[in-house]
Amino acid sequence: MPQVKMTVNGKAASGEVEGRTLLVQFLREDQGLTGTHVGCDTSQCGACVVHVNGEAVKSCTMFAVEADGAEVATIEGQAAPDGTLNVIQQAFQDHHGLQCGFCTPGMVMSAAALLKDNPKPTEADVRHYLDGNICRCTGYHNIVKAIMAASGQDVGAIAAE
Amino acid sequence: MYNFDIERPGTVADAVSALGREEAQPLSGGQTLIPTLKARLAAPSVLVSLSGIEELKGVRMEGGKLCIGGGTTHGRVAREAEAHYPGLASLAARIGDPAVRNRGTIGGSLANNDPSACYPAGALGSGATILTNSREIAADDYFQGMFSTALEEGEIVTEVRFPVPSAARYEKFIQPASRFPLVAAFVARFEDGVRVAITGASNNGVFRWPEAEVALSSSFTADALEGLTLSGDEMISDLHGSGQYRAHLCGVMTKRAVASLV
Ligand SMILES: Cc1cc2nc3c(=O)[nH]c(=O)nc-3n(C[C@H](O)[C@H](O)[C@H](O)COP(=O)(O)OP(=O)(O)OC[C@H]3O[C@@H](n4cnc5c(N)ncnc54)[C@H](O)[C@@H]3O)c2cc1C
Ligand code: FES
Ligand code: FES
Repeated sequence: MPQVKMTVNGKAASGEVEGRTLLVQFLREDQGLTGTHVGCDTSQCGACVVHVNGEAVKSCTMFAVEADGAEVATIEGQAAPDGTLNVIQQAFQDHHGLQCGFCTPGMVMSAAALLKDNPKPTEADVRHYLDGNICRCTGYHNIVKAIMAASGQDVGAIAAE
Repeated sequence: MYNFDIERPGTVADAVSALGREEAQPLSGGQTLIPTLKARLAAPSVLVSLSGIEELKGVRMEGGKLCIGGGTTHGRVAREAEAHYPGLASLAARIGDPAVRNRGTIGGSLANNDPSACYPAGALGSGATILTNSREIAADDYFQGMFSTALEEGEIVTEVRFPVPSAARYEKFIQPASRFPLVAAFVARFEDGVRVAITGASNNGVFRWPEAEVALSSSFTADALEGLTLSGDEMISDLHGSGQYRAHLCGVMTKRAVASLV
C-alpha cells in the first residue's frame, strides 16, 4: 500500500493509504480530523473544502496520494492554539453565519482562500466565489455578511441579519 | 470505487510508458474522473497521475499563439491568459467553481469532451491545435462527437495552441445545479473571418455554426444573426430543456456574445 507524508496544519502527518483513498478520508479517518465534512461526496457542496499548497480544493475529489508532500490546511488549524477564533470564524459567529454548522468548515476555508487573493471583495465577488459551497440553512445572506465583515468592510448596509 | 494503483511519473515520457500497462488511464485534476470512478462507470487498474509533470503546466505566448500546457488548471489559465487572450481567460474563470478550477485541467476537459463542457467551445471556436505526445491535431478534426475525440488509447494531451483573435466572447447560459452550461456560444473574430462554436446543445457534442459564421464575417452585428435558426432535432432533450429550447438558446447566446463585442 502506498505511504503518504504531508504537512497538515503545520504538523507532519503520514500513513498508509490505498490508491482510491480520498484526501478527506485520510484527514477524517486516519488523522482524526473530523472538522472537514462530507456533504455530498459528488463534488457539489463544498463542505469538504481544505487548502492544498494554499489553494482551496474539494477533498472528496482528490486522492490522498496526490497530496503526498503537500501542505494541507483544514478547519482545525484556523483558530489559535488557545482556541481563540480567527477573524473569519469570529465574524461567522458575530453575524450568525451558521445555523446547523455542517457547511461551515468549507465556508470558512473557501472564505480564507478568497480573502487571501482578494482582501477587499465586493458582495458580488463573495457570492460568486461561494458558487461551489452549498448551505441548506442560512440562505447565505449572513455568510456573505460575515465574510465582508472579516475583510474589514462596513456591513451595515448589506444583506439583512 | 474499486481500488487501483496510482503512479506519479515526473515526465511525459514516463507517463506514456506507464500508460502502456494493462487497463491504465491518465488522471489529471480528477474533477471528472473521480466522480466517474465513484459511480463505478470506470474501473481502471492503474491511474497514471499527470499532476506531478511540470512540463505539462504553464501558459505562454509563442509565434503569436497562446500555448497552454495540458496539465494547466482552469484557475491558472484564468489568471495567466488574461493579458494575452481575455476571451479565453474569461471562459476558464467561469468553469465550475473556484475549488474545481484549482484542480481541473484543460487537457482533462478536452480529453473528456463532455457535450456540455466549456473548453471544447473555446478550442473549436478559436481554431486551436491540440498537441499530444505523438502528434498535432486541428480542433476541427479532434472533436468527434459526445465524449469522443481523435485521441488514441494512452495518448496524452500535452499542449493546446490557440490563435489569438482580435476579439472573442464566451456566453454561458448556466445550468445552476451542475454549474456546466446548459448552452454556451464562443464567438471569435479574426482578421479573415469569424468562428462560432456551440456547446451544451447537440447530441453530437461541440459544433461550429457555419451559417452564423458567414453572416458575422460579412457584418459583425447581432442583427446579422436575425432569422438564422438551428433545428432542435439533433439537440439534447432532457429535464433541463427540450431540443427546441436549446436550439433557441444557441441563437440567443451567439447574439449576446456578438452584442458584448461591438
Ligand atoms: C462541480 C463541478 C462543476 C464543473 N463545471 C464545469 C463547467 O462549468 N464547465 C466545464 O467545462 N467543466 C466543468 N466541470 C468539469 C471540470 O472542468 C473538469 O476539470 C474537466 O472536465 C476534467 O479535467 P480534469 O483535469 O479534472 O480531468 P480528469 O477528471 O482527471 O480526467 C478526465 C478524463 O480525461 C482523461 N485525461 C485527463 N488528462 C488527460 C490528458 N492530458 N491527456 C489525455 N487524457 C487525459 C482522463 O483519463 C479522464 O478520462 C465541473 C466539474 C465539477 C466537479
Ligand atoms: S463533500 Fe466534497 S463537495 Fe460535497
Ligand atoms: S449552516 Fe446548516 S448547512 Fe449551512
